[in-house]
Amino acid sequence: MNHSTRRIRYVLKRLLQAVPIVFAIVVMNFFLLHMAEGDAVDVLAGEAGSATPEYMAELRAKFGLDQPLPVQLAVYLKNVITFDLGYSFRHEMPVSQLIIDRLIPTGLLMVSTILLAVGFGILLGLVAATGLNTWRDTAISIFALITYATPLFWVGLMLIVVFSLNLGWFPTSGMEDLMAFHDNFWDRAWDIAHHLVLPTITLSLFYLALYTRLMRASMLEQYGQDYVTTARAKGVTEQRIVFVHVLRNALLPVVTMAGVQVGALIGGSVIVESVFAWPGLGMLAFEALFARDLNLLLGIFLLSALLVVAVNLVVDIIYSSLDPRIEVG
Amino acid sequence: MRDFWQRFSRNRSAVLGLGIIFLIIVMALSAPLFFPGDPFGLAGKSMSPPGESGFLLGSDSLGRDVAAGIAHGAKTSLLIGLIATIVAVLIGVIMGALAGYYGGIIDDLLMRTTEMFQTIPSFVFAILLVAIMKPSIESIVIAIAVVSWPAVARLVRGEFLSFRNREFVQACHTIGMSDVRIMLGEILPNCLSPIIVIGSLMVATAILIESGLAFLGLGDPNIMSWGFQIGAGRTLLRSAWWVCTFPGIAILLTVLAINLVGEGLNDALNPRLRERAS
Amino acid sequence: MTRLLDIQGLHVGLPASAQRPYAVQDADLHLDPNEILCVVGESGSGKSLTARAVMGLLPRPHVNIAKGSVLFQGEDLAKAPDARMREIRGSEISMIFQEPMTALNPVMTIGTQIDEVFRFHGRMPARERQERSLELLRDVQLPDPDQALKAYPHELSGGQRQRAMIAMALALDPKILIADEPTTALDVTTQAQILNLIKKMQDEHSTGVLFITHDFGVVADIADRVAVMQNGLVVESGTTEEVLNHPNHPYTQSLIAAVPSLTPRPARPRAEETVLKVNVLDKTYRSGGGLFGGKARIVHAAKKVSLDLARGETLGIVGESGSGKSTVARCIVRLNDAEAGEILLHGTDLRPLGRAEMRPHRSKIQMVFQDPFASLNPRTKVGRIISQGPVLQGATPDEARQKTLELLETVGLDSGAYDRFPHEFSGGQRQRIGVARALALNPEILVADEPVSALDVSIQAQILQLLDEIRDRMNLSMIFITHDLRVAAQVCDRIAVMRSGEVVESGPTGAIFKQQQHPYTRELLSAVPGKGWFLESDLRKHS
Repeated sequence: MNHSTRRIRYVLKRLLQAVPIVFAIVVMNFFLLHMAEGDAVDVLAGEAGSATPEYMAELRAKFGLDQPLPVQLAVYLKNVITFDLGYSFRHEMPVSQLIIDRLIPTGLLMVSTILLAVGFGILLGLVAATGLNTWRDTAISIFALITYATPLFWVGLMLIVVFSLNLGWFPTSGMEDLMAFHDNFWDRAWDIAHHLVLPTITLSLFYLALYTRLMRASMLEQYGQDYVTTARAKGVTEQRIVFVHVLRNALLPVVTMAGVQVGALIGGSVIVESVFAWPGLGMLAFEALFARDLNLLLGIFLLSALLVVAVNLVVDIIYSSLDPRIEVG
Repeated sequence: MRDFWQRFSRNRSAVLGLGIIFLIIVMALSAPLFFPGDPFGLAGKSMSPPGESGFLLGSDSLGRDVAAGIAHGAKTSLLIGLIATIVAVLIGVIMGALAGYYGGIIDDLLMRTTEMFQTIPSFVFAILLVAIMKPSIESIVIAIAVVSWPAVARLVRGEFLSFRNREFVQACHTIGMSDVRIMLGEILPNCLSPIIVIGSLMVATAILIESGLAFLGLGDPNIMSWGFQIGAGRTLLRSAWWVCTFPGIAILLTVLAINLVGEGLNDALNPRLRERAS
Repeated sequence: MTRLLDIQGLHVGLPASAQRPYAVQDADLHLDPNEILCVVGESGSGKSLTARAVMGLLPRPHVNIAKGSVLFQGEDLAKAPDARMREIRGSEISMIFQEPMTALNPVMTIGTQIDEVFRFHGRMPARERQERSLELLRDVQLPDPDQALKAYPHELSGGQRQRAMIAMALALDPKILIADEPTTALDVTTQAQILNLIKKMQDEHSTGVLFITHDFGVVADIADRVAVMQNGLVVESGTTEEVLNHPNHPYTQSLIAAVPSLTPRPARPRAEETVLKVNVLDKTYRSGGGLFGGKARIVHAAKKVSLDLARGETLGIVGESGSGKSTVARCIVRLNDAEAGEILLHGTDLRPLGRAEMRPHRSKIQMVFQDPFASLNPRTKVGRIISQGPVLQGATPDEARQKTLELLETVGLDSGAYDRFPHEFSGGQRQRIGVARALALNPEILVADEPVSALDVSIQAQILQLLDEIRDRMNLSMIFITHDLRVAAQVCDRIAVMRSGEVVESGPTGAIFKQQQHPYTRELLSAVPGKGWFLESDLRKHS
């Protein structure tokens, strides 16, 4: 079996392993929804002001709550497969439609954050590890330590205070200037990019700290391995040892971690988007939370979990190209 | 023990962290003394900048004292962080120990469960849980514990898995020792160090999650907390920066101090293990 | 005349926190072209650091050359700048290591790693570099060199990896090859092949080889000259003939005396009574698979294994790694469950017994483990480790304590050990504690799984002697698992040779050493390093 067929098999295997996880998430979502919907009946009935038993029963029938549980589960599974995530009474729109509308802004924020956090994290970790115990290392380590302990929403607010309110460099909120009506694509792109700066920095700081620390530790660990001695014994230059031998091995745990952290990143985006009124999934979640629209919240939750599964698959593909030792069971 | 303290105290930043935590605990305990009365109550002129009208750290739009809120909020943060971590560690240790020791189907199920928990965005999950259960101290603790235990379980599973085949454990089998005794008496004491370290770091994460929930309006409405203060103050960002700033610094310092202590514990506890194992 | 390598008054300094100021003290060594110098010593003797000092590969800044010179063709390497050292390393002096798996970069192909040697020393077009690499792999007799060039380290076997390392080291035809325990991690038969290869390559290229080892058998096989190190000092050096056959220094004498000889011990009469009988035992391991996983891999670790053990005798199970010898031992003490067959202890079949039913029989068969560091719980005091067994079997705490103190004396430790933790003891002492634990239940059978393979030779001899004494005094029967035929010759009355899960040959030790029935046994025996010297020196002793 050569390397490329092994890689394909590995990725297929990981894809297969994701199926039961997705299934479990959907089932768990169903039970949460079940808990939440019973609730929603009470809320809606209470709001309508006329909580007659007939109206309650009618509402329950509307939600399908009068069916036996397994039937409800089957219906729910069928709905999920056809991407029918229910209806949001607050927005008076199907949940799936609401979510799709918000995917692009969130995707934009996530991609720029991952690039910034992973890229700079690797760079800073590398710089810290190669200058061990110099001022560079100390400065980077202190920076990582502090950002690692800072709550995201607070960073966002402080950045707004400094860069938007006092300096006026960046807008405080939103994704684009709605009053500008750009007719040129590049003008609009520039506008969005301008709005993107603060949210991206806010969301990436914590992860930047995480990857910096991980990369530094990983580099130092790899630096002590026997193969580094071998490379020295061959007369290879220190530069090549750092940038070719050590770097590639040190990247492996960082790549793995980047996949693991995508879920956390989505959680962070709820906070960051609500701070900057960024019109993405996180903002939608915040609105749903505020309006007690649990059906919508669960839809977002389900979709973001699927998003993580997808991103992890991409990470697996990257990983398989970095590590030849992948196991195919 | 003295050995351990010596190694720990050699790490200056860890000692600094311990000092900060000590001060925050003192602050939490003495809050009713210095700031008697309800921290939600009106204490004087609204929107006072720090140092004016008798407010050390200023007041918000409803005339609530920011300093009083910070002092009372310390108890909330520390208690929730600690209790949620204890619950998560207990669940994690039990699940991890069973999975690592027995392997097989128990292990498979646990690994799939932790994988699932790694996949679902844990903060969003915590938001959901609190929203469904209605915000209260209990629901917040449960939500944080539910999203945190898988990390402990994974760690403990790994430790038990490697110790299970260690020769000293097999020697216990050959003299006919029971499984429960092997797990509790022989293996568990050997994995206490990493559990203590991950536990201490988890307190910090729990405090961050709690403040995030409170910021989004999912805090217990009857209890003052730092996240709530910041969430309530964000609309005043233009006119009263201090309302958001100081509680944030309090969170930062607390989490930083706990992380420092956690790292100090790691440095102080682990070389011992390495030295013994080598 | 300038020598190829001349080490004069070398001192390697250790950090202030170390137990001694110098790892290597005032070492004088020299090496000529086309010569193999073996540096022999036990762990902590400073032999490896000497080798690294020559290469300029000491773990700086904590460890460095404090005094002395390392003259390579008259040039002092101790004072050479980094750039010059880099030039020399890989082209003039190169090195191979003990553990070829970790010494190779796991994410680079063998081809790229060999290629680096050419790339960093002079210019050569890529095509030529590749041809040279291929040629090298052919020279070190790797099967399918084209494939090996593209392979990653984990795709090769241990022996093949070491061959690739040798190819890499000899790429530029260096004047000196430093080999740091290059065969220690390998099985005997592979070790013999690698030693042959090193000797052949050295001969063809007239290389000077500095060979670090702890094994006198290896020394006898390949050395032209020998230097013996102890605690950082070179205590004796000379030609192989001088040092091995007429050692002057008492340390060398004791080391050589401690090496187990290949001549089997005189046969003892075998008792009539059979204590343990193993009949057609089968054990397979499954890996992979699981609830949602893919296909499971199945390894047949024991195939129809039959053994019997008479009262008072020692049965050796000999084999290389993966032969299933440890699996059989673990099935006998019921740490693993065999799928089929019988384990008859005085006629009672232990194999089908459940945990509770097994408990009363547990005390009859006890085990001594290989790793003296992993086999004792680091958090439990020695007294408790030993007394736990009797307490579990129903002894009162006082009885158990009394018993433990007696046992400590039996295994040669003082009673102060009772209240101390395992990490306060040396490897040999820990192994004694392990023996005491096994004896605490008054077993009839002792199963020892490689009990001396993690120990230095001198300690090895002491533990073997202890096991022998105890067996006689307590009338124990013993199953002794080992990979080392020399050890087996010294302690075993009978031997069973295993390969890939099967017993290929078994019989009285003397008979097996005199006349092997199975070709594998013959191969195993001829692979024992220093075979010729052992036989010679035994003859000398007896005449």
